[in-house]
Amino acid sequence: MTRDWLFERWKTMVRIRGAEEAVARMVETGEARCPCHLYIGQEAIAAGVCAALTREDTVWGGHRSHGHYLAKGGSLGGMFAEILGKESGCSSGRGGSMHLLAREEGILGTVPIVAGTVPLAVGAAMAYKLRGEPQVAVAFFGDGTLEEGHVHESLNLAAIYKLPIIFVCENNLYSSHMHWSERRVADNLHEAGLFHSVPGERVDGNDVTEVFAAAQRAVEKARANGGPTLLECRTFRWRGHVGASFDLDVGVERRGELNEWLQKDPIARLEQELGAGHELKFAAIEIDREIEEALESARRSADPRPSRVLEHVFVNGAAA
Amino acid sequence: MRTLTYAQAIREAHAQLLARDKRVFVLGQGLWSPWYAGSSLENLDREFGKHRIIDSPVAENATTGMAVGAALAGMRPIVFHPRMDFMVLAIDPLVNQAANWSYLFGGQIGVPMVVRAVINRGSEQGAQHSQALHSFFLHVPGIKVVMPSTPADAKGLLIAAVEDPNPVMYLDDRWLYSETGSVAEEMEPTPIGRAAVRRAGSDVTIIGISYMAQQAVLAAETLEREGISAEVIDLRSLKPWDRETVLVSVAKTGRAVVADPGWRTGGASAEVAATIAREAFAMLEAPVERVALPDTPAPTSRAEEMAYYPSAGDIVRAVRRTLTPFSLKSNVRLNRTAMGGAAA
Repeated sequence: MTRDWLFERWKTMVRIRGAEEAVARMVETGEARCPCHLYIGQEAIAAGVCAALTREDTVWGGHRSHGHYLAKGGSLGGMFAEILGKESGCSSGRGGSMHLLAREEGILGTVPIVAGTVPLAVGAAMAYKLRGEPQVAVAFFGDGTLEEGHVHESLNLAAIYKLPIIFVCENNLYSSHMHWSERRVADNLHEAGLFHSVPGERVDGNDVTEVFAAAQRAVEKARANGGPTLLECRTFRWRGHVGASFDLDVGVERRGELNEWLQKDPIARLEQELGAGHELKFAAIEIDREIEEALESARRSADPRPSRVLEHVFVNGAAA
Repeated sequence: MRTLTYAQAIREAHAQLLARDKRVFVLGQGLWSPWYAGSSLENLDREFGKHRIIDSPVAENATTGMAVGAALAGMRPIVFHPRMDFMVLAIDPLVNQAANWSYLFGGQIGVPMVVRAVINRGSEQGAQHSQALHSFFLHVPGIKVVMPSTPADAKGLLIAAVEDPNPVMYLDDRWLYSETGSVAEEMEPTPIGRAAVRRAGSDVTIIGISYMAQQAVLAAETLEREGISAEVIDLRSLKPWDRETVLVSVAKTGRAVVADPGWRTGGASAEVAATIAREAFAMLEAPVERVALPDTPAPTSRAEEMAYYPSAGDIVRAVRRTLTPFSLKSNVRLNRTAMGGAAA
C-alpha cells in the first residue's frame, strides 16, 4: 500500500473516531437522546472494507453503523442532525442513530434488529445479479448476529444463487454484555459459512491493510461471479454496547481485555506506519474543524413539525 | 371478455407483469411444482426462466428479507408463501422491515414488494395448514393488504400490488381457485382501497372479505327468495379499506353483517364493525352482526371442520338476526350466544 493510500484510510478512521467521540459527549450531556452504539475501536473494518468498494456498491448495517455510513461517504452533518432528531437528518429525523440512510452513497437503510439487514443485503445482491450489473452488496454485522437463524438461511441462499455479496462479521467478542464464550462453545466464526459452502477467512480487524486486502479479494471474486465470502474481522469495541461509557460499570468484567485492546488501537497502529508529522497534525485539525462545523450546523437545524407525525407511512406516487 | 378461473387469472397477471417489466421476479417455495400453487403459476418458469421464477429452499424469513432488499435495490419482487401459516416465520422482514421503511426514512425510500400468501383451509389439513392470518397485518402501519374474491380482481389486484411503490400483501384463497368469471385481457389494475358492490339491496348490507364475499353473494340469493333485499360489498382491499362505500350502504340499509374468513377476536370484522358503530350509529336499526371463525385453531377431522368454517348459511342467519325486532334485553342474550360459535 502506498503512503497516500494509508493516509486516506487514516483520515477516514480519524474522522469516524472524532465523530463518535463527539456523539459520546452528546450522549453524556443528554443532548443526544436516542440510543447510540459507538464504533470506537472498530474503525479499521469500515475503512478497510469500504476502500474496496465503489460508490454504487451497497453496504448494509445494524445498530452500530455510524462507521459504515461515514466510511461509505455519508455526510457528517446528515448523521449528526439525524442523531439529534432534526428534519435535515439523513433519514429526515425519523430514524436516529440506528437508522441511517445515504442512498446516493449506497446505504439504503440501517436497522437495529439483529441480523435484520443480512437477508436484505442478499436480496440486493440478487437484484445486481438479475440485472447483470457489477455491483456487490456488503452485509456488516456483529458476532451475535451469527447466532440468528435467518443468517444461516441467508448464507445458503447467497451460495446457491452464487450472489455477489460479502458477509463481514465484526467480531468484537461481545454481544451486548455477553462474551462469546458465554454464547458459543468454539471460537470459530470464520467457519460459519462453510456448511453452506460460503468460504470464510479470519482477519485482524484492527489492521486496515489486512482488512482491505481480504475485502478486495472477496469483492473481486464476487464481481467475477464467484459467489459470496464471509470475513471474520477480529476487533473490540472500546465503549459499552450502547451509550458513552466504557462498560466497566454494568457488571461486565472486561477491564483486562479493554486494556489489552487499547494497545491494539487501529489508528495508533496506522500512525506508526505513517510516522507522526505535521501532515497528520494538520489533517487532524482539519477533521476536527469539519466535525465541529457539521455539529454546529446540525444543532442549528429545525426540529420536525409535530404535524409531520402522520406523514410518510407510505411513499407517494405511482410506481414507474 | 373471456371467462377464466381465479387461478388462471392469477397466472395471467404474473405472466403479463413479467413480460412487461424486467424488474419483476418471483421468489418462494413451490414455484416449479403444481403441488403448491395449483395452476396459478403453471409453467411460468418455462416461459420466463428459472432465474426469474425462483423456487427457493425452505427459508421463509430470508427469502422474504431478500425480497425487501431486492425492492430497495430497484426490483419489483413477488415473494410467494404457498401456505400462509409458514409465512409466520417471515414476520421480521414484513413487520419490522418492509412496513417501517418509508416512515423510518421520511418517505425518501420505499419497498415496492408484493408478498403473496395463500390461505389453504379445510381438507383435514389441521391447525398449521389452514390459517387465515390477514388480520395480523391490518394492525401494522405501512403495509397494504388485499384479498381478491373474483377472477377479475385476482388479476387486477395483483397488477395493482406490483405497481404500488409500497409493500402489499396479496392473499388468495385456494377455495376460490376454480371460481370462474370474466377477466379483462388487458392489464387493468383494481384500485387498492376501493370496495366493489357485488349486488344492490335495501334491507341489509353484507360486507364480505375474500371467500366470505363470495359466500355473501350466495347468501343474498337465498335471502332474496325470503323477500329480504341484501346489498353485498366485497371489501377486496383490507388496508386501506373503503369506509365510504360501506358507510354509504349502511346509511341506506340501516343493518350490517360483516363476514370474515378469519378469527373473530381482534379480527378484520371487528375493525369494520367498530367503524360502522361509530360512524353510522344514528342510521343503525340493529346491532352490527359478525360472521367469523370461532376463537379456536382449525380442527382436522372433517366432522369438526363442518362445524368450524362459516358459510353462506351462517350469513343468512346473521342477517335474520339483524331483522329480528330489537330490544336491549334480547341483544344481551344474542351476544352471549354469538360468543360461543361461528355465528350462533
